[in-house]
Amino acid sequence: MGLFKFLKEKFSKKTSETQEIKVETKEEKKEKESLEKYDKGLEKSRKNFSNKLEELAKRYKNANQDYFEELEEILIEADCGVSFTINTIENLLEYTKEKNIDNPKEINELLVDRMFLNYLKEGEDIKNELTFDHKPVILLMTGVNGVGKTTTIAKLAKRYINQGKKVMLVAADTFRAGAKEQLTIWADRLSIPIVTGNDNEDPASVAYKGTKKGIDECFDLVIVDTAGRLQNKKNLMEELRKIYNVVTKLSGINPECFLVIDATTGQNGVLQAKAFKELINITGIVITKMDGTSKGGIILAIREELGIPVRFIGLGEKDSDLEEFDLDKYLYGLCSSLIKDE
Amino acid sequence: MAFEALTEKFSKVIKKIKGESNLTEKNMDEMLKEVRIALLEADVNYKVVKDFVNNVKEKALGEKVFDKLNPSEMVVKIVRDELVNLLGSDSCELVYNKNKPTIILLVGLQGSGKTTTAGKLALLMKSKLNKKVLLAACDVYRPAAIDQLDQIAKQINVPLINMGTNVNPVDIALKAKEEAYNDHYDVLIIDTAGRLQIDETLMTELKNIKGKVNPDEILLLTDAMAGQDSVNVAKKFNEDLKLTGAIMSKMDGDSRGGAALSIAHVTGVPIKFIGTGEKLSDLDIFHPDRMAERILGMGDVLTLIDKVSENIDEKEAKKSVKKMVEGNFTLDDMLKQMKQVQKLGSLGGLLKLIPGMPKINDAQLGAAEKEMKNFEVIINSMTPEERAHPEILKNSRKVRIANGSGKTNADVNKVLKKYDQMKLMMKQMKGKNGKFNMPNMSGFGGKFPY
Repeated sequence: MGLFKFLKEKFSKKTSETQEIKVETKEEKKEKESLEKYDKGLEKSRKNFSNKLEELAKRYKNANQDYFEELEEILIEADCGVSFTINTIENLLEYTKEKNIDNPKEINELLVDRMFLNYLKEGEDIKNELTFDHKPVILLMTGVNGVGKTTTIAKLAKRYINQGKKVMLVAADTFRAGAKEQLTIWADRLSIPIVTGNDNEDPASVAYKGTKKGIDECFDLVIVDTAGRLQNKKNLMEELRKIYNVVTKLSGINPECFLVIDATTGQNGVLQAKAFKELINITGIVITKMDGTSKGGIILAIREELGIPVRFIGLGEKDSDLEEFDLDKYLYGLCSSLIKDE
Repeated sequence: MAFEALTEKFSKVIKKIKGESNLTEKNMDEMLKEVRIALLEADVNYKVVKDFVNNVKEKALGEKVFDKLNPSEMVVKIVRDELVNLLGSDSCELVYNKNKPTIILLVGLQGSGKTTTAGKLALLMKSKLNKKVLLAACDVYRPAAIDQLDQIAKQINVPLINMGTNVNPVDIALKAKEEAYNDHYDVLIIDTAGRLQIDETLMTELKNIKGKVNPDEILLLTDAMAGQDSVNVAKKFNEDLKLTGAIMSKMDGDSRGGAALSIAHVTGVPIKFIGTGEKLSDLDIFHPDRMAERILGMGDVLTLIDKVSENIDEKEAKKSVKKMVEGNFTLDDMLKQMKQVQKLGSLGGLLKLIPGMPKINDAQLGAAEKEMKNFEVIINSMTPEERAHPEILKNSRKVRIANGSGKTNADVNKVLKKYDQMKLMMKQMKGKNGKFNMPNMSGFGGKFPY
């Protein structure tokens, strides 16, 4: 079955069915809302990506060299990365030549299929939601400066509070002015406890205090905020390793480590993921500000090069706009204009 | 540094064609393909890359000086000139009003570095240009954004208009303007909340602020790590607000910063400053020509010299040079020199500005910086007498110092060895020239023999 057909059956039909039945279960309603969020959050990307593909297919009757060049352009403009793009296009060229395919529409579908093939293969068994097999789950939030770590923490905390979990925050960013205050305001708004340190206190010591409190007072989830650090700053990266080690040693289990990446980041996103992954065991990626950009290709580039799964995706500014990453929904959001055409 | 990787790419390309004596359309195409990939990987916008490559090709093929320069030299020259073109052809400094406050509005996406840069700009104007600066906190949305600016303002001792978060940002800006006029400030820097360019409500708010305070400069903060989309961001901000310039933040990262180049090209807005580190003093004026040369691996000696002359306390330096020449160089002097060097910023950042030093990796740099810290700890554990006359340091003293500083005997010996090397080197230099041309730089060679 073609990819578009699969997605269409999974989502388009479902929406129409549920409308017919009218009585929606809570689950279904949630599912629908979630799909709408993807649809809305990826609006800009869609305009840039699938609308361009569509327009391209209209302009060419048969795919030729120029057609593929324009395809390449679209991929690069979506921040998919140069090597990813060149590989994908070459692969596609070979395949279509072999099979004698020159229908642009068909080629577009093959392209999207190929783009996400790797992702699907490896992504099958990954559970994006945190699992609470043990108490407390320690979640370390890391990333470069200004990607939205603190805001994402608030959104994640809210998510798990709503699931009835006992959540607390740890402000281990003792460097940036106002960082502690920012997280404290969120803790107050969410009415959950927070552990803070003094300005310029060793962040590892704050992380220690927080983790200890989390263990002693039987919290379900301890979210540790860390200072933004550029991945080429050796000392700051060492500092992060120390935080990781302290937390791991104290809790006796490997913490969940999320790397937060700004969707507007270009090819540096891959370098960020690489550097953080080399340092500590990154268990997932959170993509933020997806709604603000039309170029979410960085998801693919990172997955291609490093195999780290995207766990959550920020599709809007509200706390409820942080969604568990779902590849099918993502694809649907990105390509719905193509799919509806089918 | 942001453009380092681009530099590497270019030198690879240049090496490739170095052996060939003629610039033909064929080897030109091959080279341009590499240039194209390099620029795309550097996040330079696709369309800008197209223009750039076409321009270079046209110029190269139309060039008549084939026999004077070898192909690689010529291409380097053309690529450099085109890059300067792309980056804006002049360094664009801010223009200050003579009789009234110069008002600067900082705008940009969330997380692009507006608040930190507000502090950096204020410090730069205050300390380098002797301006009387006022800050205004108009980010009433992000939790603790005002706290952040408040803490920064206190650190650099600049007054801040802080009206809390329950006030309309337009009113805060207006109040700040009044204050700036009444108290005869030279500069008013207004920090605003981060916003998406598609958020019409917040973009309208910015337009209102602009309408009310009529800023002289509207500067867009751009993250050096930004991808292809940054062009659209800049375009929209420019359409709505008529930007007067851009500031590129996080240039100390390892992103190639290409997107910021395309912003300058697509919107015609010049880049005026670059953020080069986490310290509040880490803001530099942007020089397109220097940057282009850095891209091409010619290093950025001018920036380094600027840095050195700004940060080195001249009296202090002269004194230590005099001492060195007279042979009275002590451990204290060595420590002072090291601290002078530290004032320039991180060693890594500095060394990368020097051409011909591309082979130092981050691990080595880290080791050098760590060594510097060790030296300081050890020297601080000595008595003043020991520092002035290191020759009295015998084993029992060394053991005491090692214990006192938490280091080993070997570490102490290392310091002394370095000291001897430096002293010897100074003697030699004195012997050669009779005087020191660049006393400040001598510290580098002495302490970090790579």
